[in-house]
Amino acid sequence: MARSQTAIGYAHVAKSFGRVAAVDDVSLDIAEGEFVAIVGGSGSGKTTLLRLTNRLIEADGGRITVEGEDVRGVDPVALRHRIGYVFQNGGLFPHLSVADNIGITPRLLALPAPEIAARVDELLDLVRLDRAAHRDRLPEALSGGQRQRVGVARALAARPRIVLMDEPFGALDPLTRDALAEDYCSLHRTLGLTTVMITHDMTEAILLADRIAVMREGRLLAQGAPAELARSADAYVAELLRAPRRQAERLNAALPQDGAA
Amino acid sequence: MSFVSDPRWGEALAHLPDYLGNHVRVSLAALALGLALGLPLAILCRNRPVARSVLLALASVVQTVPGLALLALFYPLLLLAAAVTLSWFDFSFSAFGFLPAMLALALYSMLPVLRNGITGLNGIDAALLEAARGVGMTPRQSLIMVELPLALPVMMAGIRTAAVWVIGTATLSTPIGQTSLGNYIFAGLQTQNWVFVLFGCIASAALALAVDQLLGLIETGLRRRSRLRAALGGLGIAALVAATLVPSQARNSTAYVIGAKTFAEQYVLSALIRDRLQAAGLAATTRAGLGSNVIFAALEAGDIDVYIDYSGTLWLNQLHRSEIEPRKELLAELKTALAGDKITLLGELGFENAYALVMPRRRAEALRIRSIADLAAHAPTLSIAGDYEFFSRPEWAALQKAYGLAFRAQRQMQPDFMYAAAASGEVDVIAGYTSDGLIAKYDLVTLDDPRHAIPPYDAILLLAPKRAADERLKAALTPLLGKIDIATMREANLRASGNDANSSPDAVAKWLWQKVGGR
Repeated sequence: MARSQTAIGYAHVAKSFGRVAAVDDVSLDIAEGEFVAIVGGSGSGKTTLLRLTNRLIEADGGRITVEGEDVRGVDPVALRHRIGYVFQNGGLFPHLSVADNIGITPRLLALPAPEIAARVDELLDLVRLDRAAHRDRLPEALSGGQRQRVGVARALAARPRIVLMDEPFGALDPLTRDALAEDYCSLHRTLGLTTVMITHDMTEAILLADRIAVMREGRLLAQGAPAELARSADAYVAELLRAPRRQAERLNAALPQDGAA
Repeated sequence: MSFVSDPRWGEALAHLPDYLGNHVRVSLAALALGLALGLPLAILCRNRPVARSVLLALASVVQTVPGLALLALFYPLLLLAAAVTLSWFDFSFSAFGFLPAMLALALYSMLPVLRNGITGLNGIDAALLEAARGVGMTPRQSLIMVELPLALPVMMAGIRTAAVWVIGTATLSTPIGQTSLGNYIFAGLQTQNWVFVLFGCIASAALALAVDQLLGLIETGLRRRSRLRAALGGLGIAALVAATLVPSQARNSTAYVIGAKTFAEQYVLSALIRDRLQAAGLAATTRAGLGSNVIFAALEAGDIDVYIDYSGTLWLNQLHRSEIEPRKELLAELKTALAGDKITLLGELGFENAYALVMPRRRAEALRIRSIADLAAHAPTLSIAGDYEFFSRPEWAALQKAYGLAFRAQRQMQPDFMYAAAASGEVDVIAGYTSDGLIAKYDLVTLDDPRHAIPPYDAILLLAPKRAADERLKAALTPLLGKIDIATMREANLRASGNDANSSPDAVAKWLWQKVGGR
């Protein structure tokens, strides 16, 4: 897969809320087809960085490009139509059925209804939800994992090439979370998506992402593939990596090497 | 006669299509206007905290104005507006009845509509608003596709509250000339017809409940995405509107309209006039229960054609004269002054309904009080009661000035209860009406006014400017002039104050005509 093209570019991006610098001089290039996880604790500025990308909020300084275009020169509504966004806890509209939630962006783009219906069915298959059983349900009738699958389907509905995910799997139980993450990963690959995922969970980031960016207090501390990150001299990064390492050791000790989990 | 078989239920029922139809029309029009103004305002100021608090404060202030006062305020306001449009655009509209009632009620409905609209829109989870933007909605799309549907239950609750308030308050639109279910209540209270009062209350409560339930049906229909429920509710409201439009089209708009103020004598006399016009082959209806500040302006504007007023009242309130002239001179001068406004003073009925200080005969005799001058010496140890307006009327000021009256206490009372209160000793003196039948019933006496502080109050027939040259009307009314003496009117009023089937204004009017028609 060619990784020469930059899908999203952040150059010296800054954003303050009052006196607090939420994002402070962050520069990061994300290549087309890449899966990047942005890891940090609460207040690290990771969510702010994500929201700056599709102009849910506006940057104070620096430059953000999406597929080569400066986002300030693009109509924000049109920008959001071509960038998929998966919200924490799904962000599904409670008064709309699963099908209407998934088909919302195509509907905003005024696609004909039969085309939207066909696309919804296609997406339900893609996120492994039974068409007939789920299409007409309201979000309240779904489990957490099903809701987030619908959230992913909605983000993909208008065939975006870029998907932004805000702690998408955070609130799910481990089994659901693992299955959904796995499924999303394969979608990311088969559809050739560029994905930026926010998470506070380093283990999840290591398991899913090609590259990890670590943020703290608005600044980008380190970034690189998991193996590169492991060589970082930064104490905070090392602390973040300690937890998954310990988990791996315990798992190795507890489970026989050839056993099936 | 049992309560259930009382023929007044039938009489009340006969008025229902007219009263209910008008009530529904004015309530639903007011509600529609209130929604048309309130919902867009709620939407506009949902993200503007300052505008929001100003608007809510204004709506709350309106809510604190008593319904009756708010309705009454709109009449002079609209009269002024009508005069302005007439002089500027050569276009006039009726400031009487429907329009002021609808505008005041619409204003009244604004608070629940605004408050619930704003609460509903502001109560939406911020995460959902961000999701709406995130999937690429414009602010408008977000409003229509997400915010309004989510705020709907709270908004509908406000609309239902507004509907119940408006339907209840619409009963108070009777005094400004809008026929409503309040006609039962006002007429019933004034003529001691508790069947009418009860009927009016039950009818308006039933209407409020019905509309509330229909709106509830629409709400659950919208929320549960059940087209059937929403359609049923909508159909119900539409049917209500359609049903009320039928009698209005059937009603004869060329009929003479006879006005009546809010007391029993006026109800009886307006019924008498209507009967006389109908006997002469003229179509006629009554518009009873009009406020005394509204009725003269309504005649001037041609909203009513005929009514009975009292010379002293016009002398003080319309001509703003304070000096008192002898009866004949005052009448002559009044006639000339009214002619200047193109209003015809057709003549006197023959009796006077003046304010008079009244006390129990025995008490008066014991204290040797014959006139107000005698009373003045005892006043500091006595209490006085008057109707709601008496103590702010010029007559009271004139009385105080002429006799130096200063009572120990003064109270305001519903006129019908005043006489009984005087008879039972609850108050010592009351400001009663000379034509009231209760004076004789309770053995009370009216005190003389040797210094003529109170002007004469001859009952006079007034015709609207547009009827000035209407000879058929005049011919039908002339037989009434000079026929009704004070004793006859007192007896008629006493009959009307009874609480049985023979005491309805219509029945008393017939009795009155039998008594005076041959004279």
